Amino acid sequence: MRRNITYKPRDWSSHPPMIHPDYKSTRTRGPTKPLIPIPQTLTDLTVPVYGHEAIGELDNDLTRNAAKNGEPIGERIVVAGRVLDEDGRPVRNTLIEIWQANAAGRYIHRRDQHHAPLDPNFHGAGRCLTDDDGWYRFVTIRPGPYPWQNHHNAWRPSHIHFSLFGPSFVTRLITQMYFPGDPLLAYDPIFQSVPGHARDRLISKFDLDLTVPEWATGYRFDIVLRGPKETPMEAGK
Amino acid sequence: MSMWKQTPSQTVGPYFAYALTPESYGFRGIATNRLVEPDTPGEHIVIEGRVFDGNGDPVEDALLEIWQADSQGRYADAPGGGSADFLGFGRCGTDPQGRFRFETVKPGRVPGPDARLMAPHIAVCLTARGLLNHLFTRIYFDDEEEANAEDPVLELVPEERRGTLVARREVRNGAVVYRFDIHLQGERETVFFDV
Ligand SMILES: [Fe+3]
Repeated sequence: MRRNITYKPRDWSSHPPMIHPDYKSTRTRGPTKPLIPIPQTLTDLTVPVYGHEAIGELDNDLTRNAAKNGEPIGERIVVAGRVLDEDGRPVRNTLIEIWQANAAGRYIHRRDQHHAPLDPNFHGAGRCLTDDDGWYRFVTIRPGPYPWQNHHNAWRPSHIHFSLFGPSFVTRLITQMYFPGDPLLAYDPIFQSVPGHARDRLISKFDLDLTVPEWATGYRFDIVLRGPKETPMEAGK
Repeated sequence: MSMWKQTPSQTVGPYFAYALTPESYGFRGIATNRLVEPDTPGEHIVIEGRVFDGNGDPVEDALLEIWQADSQGRYADAPGGGSADFLGFGRCGTDPQGRFRFETVKPGRVPGPDARLMAPHIAVCLTARGLLNHLFTRIYFDDEEEANAEDPVLELVPEERRGTLVARREVRNGAVVYRFDIHLQGERETVFFDV
């Protein structure tokens, strides 16, 4: 069954290079030697197990999962979409973890020194599982841009970090979601590290159907993971 | 050609800890660096090491994820029922010295390509600020010389680089500790896989 499924290669024409000199940290951290191709074995085709009870009821609502004495400040948004494979099939029951800065562009992370206020009612981390159609949905606050020291006057565009496993260890993906029309995208070496033809895939779309009247604007962000090499027989999972 | 193209990868950035290894932020995570309970069957081992960049400086904001079989060579996620009491997944962020540490069991051998047995190994997914793509590597064990010599994955690695994948066994105060350093660049650059 699933152990007979192997996955298409990582699409290196869509992913950034290991070293993108404008993003300075890559110069000393990106590997310089070519990756060594190996066959996909049971090690790579099985998937990390974590108790699904690890997902709490409020984990996908960042406006409530850390609230202490009120609501977080900022623009409330819904971020939702589908996780699909390269054949457009839903990736079901898969874990998505997200983290982000607050509305002022500040992370609660101890090493974040940005001179902007923390929000006592916002932690900035969430997680959920996709449903049978591959849908996920988060409620959160639109993150603010923040400065970083990569170069003079460097600002990260507003973004939400996403981490996904998909159906196997090799389908892992760590990425970032951006917002449409953000003028900072043109100056951001992390976003710009992605080949031009693939950058659109990282930008969410405003979506009136996800927008909840009198409550929150909606952004759609679909995610495509590596798909099976051959069309599988209807697998058990 | 499919209409659905892979979503491009982006760096995990420096600020993932409160989401992915959040215990010290008072938030539950899905995994820690301790994969064992005192009664978990198998040889209990510690894996520790450091992550270095191309200047030889420690990488203080890397995230290691490990995924492994139990001492019998069974993955928890196996068709027909895997290892029930050993999940085999761990996460650890590096500290300011680039150090990481896992408490786990030594995995058993798992079938590989053409039904050949693989040597005991642990899969590693490595991410960090400055890594635009996550990296896959493997930890093998230096006291498994025979198994390593016939491992169908290790044999694809040029001989002079295989050593970067082999952890060194030490016994410290009665505890078995394997040292495994990761070099992102340089003469001793760790082998990373396209899998
Ligand atoms: Fe960020």
